[in-house]
Amino acid sequence: MSVLVILEQRGELKPCAFEAAWAAGRIARAAGMPLHAVYLGPALPGAEQLSGLGIAVVHAFEDASLAHYTSDAYVPLVTGLARELNATVLIGSASALGKELCASVAAQLDVELAQDVLELGWDAGLTARKPIYAGKVLADLRVSSVPAMASLRPNVVAVVRDESPVPEIVRHPVPASAPRIAVKEVTQAPPGTIELTEAKRVVSGGRGIMGPENWPVLKSLCDALGAALGASRAAVDAGWIHHSHQVGQTGKVVSPDLYVACGISGAIQHQAGMRPARIIVAINKDAQANIFNVCDYGIVGDLFEIVPLLTEEIRKVQS
Amino acid sequence: MKVAVLMKRVPDTASVFAVAADGKSVETGGLKYVMSPYDEHAVEEAIRLKEQAGAEVIVLSAGPPETKETLRSALAMGADAAMLVTGAENAGPRGLAKALAAALKRMAPDLVIAGKQAVDDDASQVPERVAELLGIPHASVITRFALSGSVATVDREIEGGSYTLEVPLPALFTTQKGINTPRYPTLPNIMKAKKKEITEVGVAELGLGAGDLAAGMAIESVSLPRQTRLKKIIEGEPAEKVRELVRVLRETEKIL
Repeated sequence: MSVLVILEQRGELKPCAFEAAWAAGRIARAAGMPLHAVYLGPALPGAEQLSGLGIAVVHAFEDASLAHYTSDAYVPLVTGLARELNATVLIGSASALGKELCASVAAQLDVELAQDVLELGWDAGLTARKPIYAGKVLADLRVSSVPAMASLRPNVVAVVRDESPVPEIVRHPVPASAPRIAVKEVTQAPPGTIELTEAKRVVSGGRGIMGPENWPVLKSLCDALGAALGASRAAVDAGWIHHSHQVGQTGKVVSPDLYVACGISGAIQHQAGMRPARIIVAINKDAQANIFNVCDYGIVGDLFEIVPLLTEEIRKVQS
Repeated sequence: MKVAVLMKRVPDTASVFAVAADGKSVETGGLKYVMSPYDEHAVEEAIRLKEQAGAEVIVLSAGPPETKETLRSALAMGADAAMLVTGAENAGPRGLAKALAAALKRMAPDLVIAGKQAVDDDASQVPERVAELLGIPHASVITRFALSGSVATVDREIEGGSYTLEVPLPALFTTQKGINTPRYPTLPNIMKAKKKEITEVGVAELGLGAGDLAAGMAIESVSLPRQTRLKKIIEGEPAEKVRELVRVLRETEKIL
């Protein structure tokens, strides 16, 4: 009987690893079970980072071959450990790789999985709040079978550490395997690039940006705010920006503290992606645009006039 | 070469939802149903492969009888045949994956493509489960697919980048937006699709019992996200508006 959390790394432990550990720690305490963690990757970077989260033991599978996730290499190790520990609850991260890993492990263990949850709880069993219909509806779920599994959406919980010590590290041998999947190349965004789903601030542009030549107007605001750049489906479908920037039902769901929508009409499609934001600011020259019905603060005006003024004002107050 | 595409019939992405009387589901009365958008990318990718290299494309779904309409639209895009698994309507993602895997085992495709998730329950796990149950290699959220002999080269999205993977067939992939632009069916193809075969197979025929399909996870209640936005329009000259906005973001919201 234990709770097992999967720690995601990309060279360093990712912020979502600490978030998942914190959420798993709360369940472990509520259920009166010890919290174990599993790490797969190159040498575990600094175990002291894992103090204060209530983790008793970190099971480390350290090998250069595990630097980059493949289902082939990761799934058998996590599945085997979950069986060995007789884990009652497994918690992972609902990141791009984490979702694939959790779904695959759930299949191997033949257990239920609540994927991409916003909240986790324990009430004589695992409970979770999960967005469905692309975030337009929230479902409160209960997993009645054991073991139960869930993946936590990145960037939705605030990690608060306690006095719990640095966990014990148990290193496990990594058996030689002949993986079917080969990672040929890893393309990373330039260092310092802020990922949309992990960003605390997001600035997005829509049809009102008029064309791809005008992104620098928004990028200056991004730089001033330390924000990630998003886009509406209209801007993506027009071919003005790569789809990886799309915020919306068929794009990314973002959960920043501040979301600035520039020249975006506010279609239901787009609302589904920005809904979790704490504060939404809208800038649009059309006073009738629907975005003004779903924002906190609105400025009716030409974004090409307002955004540079806003960038300047923010730089001024920050200096 | 045989390519299977997994697809699901879901409410249109522009739908507005209301909580149903049972408090555990949404009202389905006025909803319009479509193929889940990510599945359209999966169908398109399979048809492109058929056009470029020659392949038989079979679309597979599990769902209520109305799902046939959605399968028909995949046939109109250019798929060759369709199969509907019936009797798994109440299964959760775990049972659904078992039903689809059982159907695929009979079909024995060289390649399986599915949308990365269906935009109704957003369970985001059925294709990966299917691949694990079939014991074939798989990769999710791909934005590029190329086939050379029996090895697929795919770009798989990660936060802020991508992995380029080589995966030997048979294999399963889930598609992300950006991989292609799904085509609209042409009128002649819509006419042709009417004559194409949709095979129905029940879960019992696939060897699945109630235990395989039982869900150990249930929705206890649903709610609509709180929409208590301030909707405050800031008035004045452009420079004044901007100053006021920055002021409230700093002083009231403490966000800057």
